[in-house]
Amino acid sequence: MKFKNRIHSNRFQRFSYLGASVILSVFFTSCEPDETQVVTNFTTITMQDEFDVAGAPNSDIWGFDIGRGTDGWGNKELQYYTDRSDNVVVEDGMLKITAVSESYQGAAYTSARLKTQGKFEQKYGRFEARIKLPWGQGIWPAFWMLGSNFDTVSWPQCGEIDIMEFKGQEPTIITGSLHGPGYSAATPVTKSYELINDRFDTGFHVFGIEWGEDYINYYVDDVLYNQITPEDADGEWVFDQPFFIILNLAIGGNYVGAPTTNTVFPQEMLVDYVRVYSAE
Amino acid sequence: MKKFKFISYFTFAIAGIVTTALVSCEREFSEDITLATFPTIPEVFTDNPVNLTDEFFISFDPADGANVYGFDTDNDAYKGTQAIKIDVPAPNDPNGSFIGGIFLDRGEGRNLSEYTALTFWAKGSTTATVGLFGFGTDFIEDKYTVSLEDTSLSTAWKKYIIPIPDPSKLVQEKGMFIFSAGTQSTGNLGYSIWLDEIRFEKLNTFAQARTSIMSGLDVNRRVYNGEIIIDETQQTVNLGDGTELVTNIAPAYLDFHSSDPTVVQIDAQGKIIVVAAGTATITASFNGVEAAGSLIVESNGEFISAPTPTQDAADVISIFSDTYENVNIDFYNGYWKPYQTTTSADFDVKGDNVLVYENFNFVGQQFSDPTVDASAMTHLHMDVFIPDTLPSNAKLILTIKDFGANGADGGGDDKTQKVTILSSQLKGDAWASIDIPLSLSQRSKVGQFIFENGGSAVTNLYMDNVYFYKQ
Repeated sequence: MKFKNRIHSNRFQRFSYLGASVILSVFFTSCEPDETQVVTNFTTITMQDEFDVAGAPNSDIWGFDIGRGTDGWGNKELQYYTDRSDNVVVEDGMLKITAVSESYQGAAYTSARLKTQGKFEQKYGRFEARIKLPWGQGIWPAFWMLGSNFDTVSWPQCGEIDIMEFKGQEPTIITGSLHGPGYSAATPVTKSYELINDRFDTGFHVFGIEWGEDYINYYVDDVLYNQITPEDADGEWVFDQPFFIILNLAIGGNYVGAPTTNTVFPQEMLVDYVRVYSAE
Repeated sequence: MKKFKFISYFTFAIAGIVTTALVSCEREFSEDITLATFPTIPEVFTDNPVNLTDEFFISFDPADGANVYGFDTDNDAYKGTQAIKIDVPAPNDPNGSFIGGIFLDRGEGRNLSEYTALTFWAKGSTTATVGLFGFGTDFIEDKYTVSLEDTSLSTAWKKYIIPIPDPSKLVQEKGMFIFSAGTQSTGNLGYSIWLDEIRFEKLNTFAQARTSIMSGLDVNRRVYNGEIIIDETQQTVNLGDGTELVTNIAPAYLDFHSSDPTVVQIDAQGKIIVVAAGTATITASFNGVEAAGSLIVESNGEFISAPTPTQDAADVISIFSDTYENVNIDFYNGYWKPYQTTTSADFDVKGDNVLVYENFNFVGQQFSDPTVDASAMTHLHMDVFIPDTLPSNAKLILTIKDFGANGADGGGDDKTQKVTILSSQLKGDAWASIDIPLSLSQRSKVGQFIFENGGSAVTNLYMDNVYFYKQ
């Protein structure tokens, strides 16, 4: 993959895809970067897990959230998170998070939520993962980040960057969002991206952000589909501190609604790799 | 599955524009060329039928009630200049009570293996439910049929998708499209359907196919040696908008397996053949993935057919037989509520149709449209087979009912003859031929038989060759 000049080429694709307004296209009709544009290339790898070693996930990188949290992790989610190999395992060169329909500790489903809190945290950079998503009504996988001051300032002051969220009942659409003080829960800065003549549960796709001072760019595969800047946020910009990564597969909850009898279990979220880069 | 006959053509008036326009830019094939595959043209109908002859539409059989007059084109198109317009007739339409048929490739057929779905745009003059849309029916083999039942149309154009279960099988397909529509959903009011942009497409927006046989259940069935056709085969796919779509798919898309090849064999063509007595479970797989559901067959081995009747056909009025032409029948099981427990599991073994009554307490057979004039007949014949050992108290009570002057059941003018068949006249695990002399004085409008077990332990029986005859 070519990392140089990613922002420019992607930005061009973004606008050709969205058919942006005339004013913007004046800037970007050429593939060349505008000379006044601030450009950061994130080319130095700072963390990568290719999930090549079978067994439990690498404990130097990954920890777990266990249980049901408070009020279903704040979203009325239905699953109980475990670190059992039934729910989370590395095999076949992939991290497999499996949602199972089973009665467990008072919950109707089990699944897993991995996080790098206290193990890997970084301010700015490129964060991406290659993932094949599960499917079906009530299935809610996500690749996202929380500010590392989460335990001291609490949410949403810590900030939340949702690199990818997916509703199993909308197999062609993912959403990238930003939550912070004044723009959280039901009112984040958010945008969806829809695949054309394809879906997210039949193959692997790369989900990522490029995050620098005063911007976060969202992309899927080689398509940059959104840029969020402090001007877009209706409140304090809290994205100038280290964040940690979360990978999880939730079942039910406010965002997706409950599974139905049509929802097929078990469901698997397959992660081929997670890679993080910083600027040179 | 309903079989449709090939009978009438509908000649479609196409303008010559398309063909003439193409002639000039088409290159001739050199004599050396050999075509590797059949044409891969995806379009079926855009503004005109594409690469199909004028006679591309073949209606269902008018003898079955199909109306051949409601098929036309219209300028109200989704795209371009023309769409197909179908006028769905009301049930009392003298030209036929429903409309439907197929679009046939009258050439060699098409190679559709690079596509994943049939798609089309449709709308209705009202929000009607159309009984059937699909493809793969050619009225010849009907091998790789796929059908979507009960599609709700909107009054605005909407795109419909019918996935191809396994495109690699459609290397020479002639059945481009099928539809069938009646007025069940509109309170018997006729309406119109418009169809446009019918084509095969390579769509990647649906996935997660799940296949089932026998409605996904484990079903037990008593059978005899011979072929079994499992046509309760379905597939569910998840569409791009997240909805689940269920289609009926031909059994030829599946591979069948038998748990005991000494009882049930799957031959090279995928046919399921029962070869001996015993029990075997039939399961299926689709592209290597197990289908839900199974059929557990309990085979009784070789079926012994009832004796073939020898009466001269001119002296016979047949109610049920394969030897004579039967009169028009209302039903062989009236499913009379609320006390009847009898269910039917009729089968045919190598073309020999047999009535099978299970959980038998009583059952009615009716033939009132028209009633039977048995005045010249002297006897009623029937062959009865009671599976397993004959119960010692075995008994069968038959009531022959004449509907009288009004030709209808009831009304005070009915006359009956009641006959009790005793265990001495019946046999266990074998056919017993029973001939009953007719004593009913009024028998010019016979319309019904009622069979009862008279409280005996006869709860299962087979019946064949039920007919009046003149000695």
